[in-house]
Amino acid sequence: MEALNIILLLFMIVCAVAVAATRNLLAAVITFMAQGLAMSVVWILLQSPDLAITEAAVGAGVSSILMFAALKKIHAIREKGEAEDDEKAEE
Amino acid sequence: MMKKQKNDRFASFLDWLENGGNALDEEMQDALREEEPEAPGKQKREKKKKSSDKTADIAKKPRKAYADSWWYRLLAFAVAAALIWLLMEAVDRMPRFGAADTLMDSELTEFYVEHTKEETGAMNIVTGIILNYRGFDTLGETHVLFIAVCTVLLMLSIYGEQDEKKRLAQGALERYFEPHHDVILQSAARLLTPLILIFGLYIIANGHLSPGGGFSGGAVLGAGLILYQNAFEYRKIEKFFTYKTFKWVSVCSLLFYSLAKGYHFFTGANHLDSHISIGTPGNILSGGLLLPLNFVVGCVVACTMYALFTMFRKGEF
Amino acid sequence: MLGRVFTHLDGLTAVALFGIGFALLLLDKNLMKKIIGFSMMDSGIYLFLASYGYIEGRLAPIYAEGISDPAAYVNPLPAGLVLTGIVVGVSVTAVMLGLTVRLYERYHSLDIDEIAEKIRREGK
Repeated sequence: MEALNIILLLFMIVCAVAVAATRNLLAAVITFMAQGLAMSVVWILLQSPDLAITEAAVGAGVSSILMFAALKKIHAIREKGEAEDDEKAEE
Repeated sequence: MMKKQKNDRFASFLDWLENGGNALDEEMQDALREEEPEAPGKQKREKKKKSSDKTADIAKKPRKAYADSWWYRLLAFAVAAALIWLLMEAVDRMPRFGAADTLMDSELTEFYVEHTKEETGAMNIVTGIILNYRGFDTLGETHVLFIAVCTVLLMLSIYGEQDEKKRLAQGALERYFEPHHDVILQSAARLLTPLILIFGLYIIANGHLSPGGGFSGGAVLGAGLILYQNAFEYRKIEKFFTYKTFKWVSVCSLLFYSLAKGYHFFTGANHLDSHISIGTPGNILSGGLLLPLNFVVGCVVACTMYALFTMFRKGEF
Repeated sequence: MLGRVFTHLDGLTAVALFGIGFALLLLDKNLMKKIIGFSMMDSGIYLFLASYGYIEGRLAPIYAEGISDPAAYVNPLPAGLVLTGIVVGVSVTAVMLGLTVRLYERYHSLDIDEIAEKIRREGK
């Protein structure tokens, strides 16, 4: 249990640093989602299952989906994909 | 108001169809051409290549942004590092982690753990606390959710006349171009949506017995609705969930919650004695008002999550 | 100095999350990243609060069959506080995202400096 706790906490810090480091907004949102999932497992280890369920549904699910939807609304995802396609075509 | 909007949208959609699906309204086209959205990614890449002429060609007197200068970055870094150090010092002085005799000493916590079962009939102490002892606070939280939806509705649906037309046309386009036959997504959603919805209802209904409750179950229900809306067409979910549904369910839920809490205060302010039998703790129909309140909170949360997502996806309800 | 903090790994992680989120909020010019940083600060605070409810070797705060001793359960108070906080945090995120969408529609940029520059030119 102790080892799992340490691994999850490390994973959360790594995720946080990765969010800060990446330039791709989609990748940042997905990494943040992964951090939320790790957080929900940490809360089971801390003996608060109510929080774990809520965080799994809200932190990892709904709030990231809202960010996706907002990104799509401002065309950040689509344009990015197209730009990458262009790059591939150039190669 | 809603009807007129719908007609407008339909008219602009018809216009768009008549023009061969290529051209929008003339002014609309102009508007689109004028402010052609630039991709954030592209901007960033251009900025990387040539950060100096970004502002030079559009402004005569380019003012150097603070965030670009090295001292701002250094200062921000130093502030963040100092904050981390300060907080670590604070954590260092907090009671030992996992110790029994520090926070459990609090009279309030002991009272909650000892009396929740007899006084509220909840097996889950957390539910007993947030819906009975601190029920008035939870009423405020549910209202916060409702107000957040109202704010987003206002922000994303009120535009000037010019932008309004553009927005309606975009909504029609979004409707027209949504994927209709995504086999993988639709088969998965057909399998998963009922399971997710039933699981959400289970969490809500067992909120006073097992982990969960209105907030978590409502979020799960909202996620199920979002999946359904994503996988199938708007037409399908609009058969049972429209703006009207959202309005009525939310308002009735909040009203019921307010009335129930008002009744609580009316009958016995201090101990929130409701004169409603709490039954045998451990049965599904026990806990007095906890079960209906859980359902009410779940409804509000589910509606909120779904409404927020719909607003961000379509820009309208 | 700072000796005992390493016995409380959850608190350490919470502080790190809060600090990284704060640095994102200060340093990154992208509005989306700022919002993510803000949510990250949120989750750091929740983790910190909830970790002080934990007491070693005790059960989750749900009455088990035949155990009525209050010393058998962890502290339910932080869980109750944080539970509502999480859900309210989502609505705050949603409002921020709505503002960002409106800003993007008006100025076609997520870069806060560019938006400020455009607002400055507009004012003239």
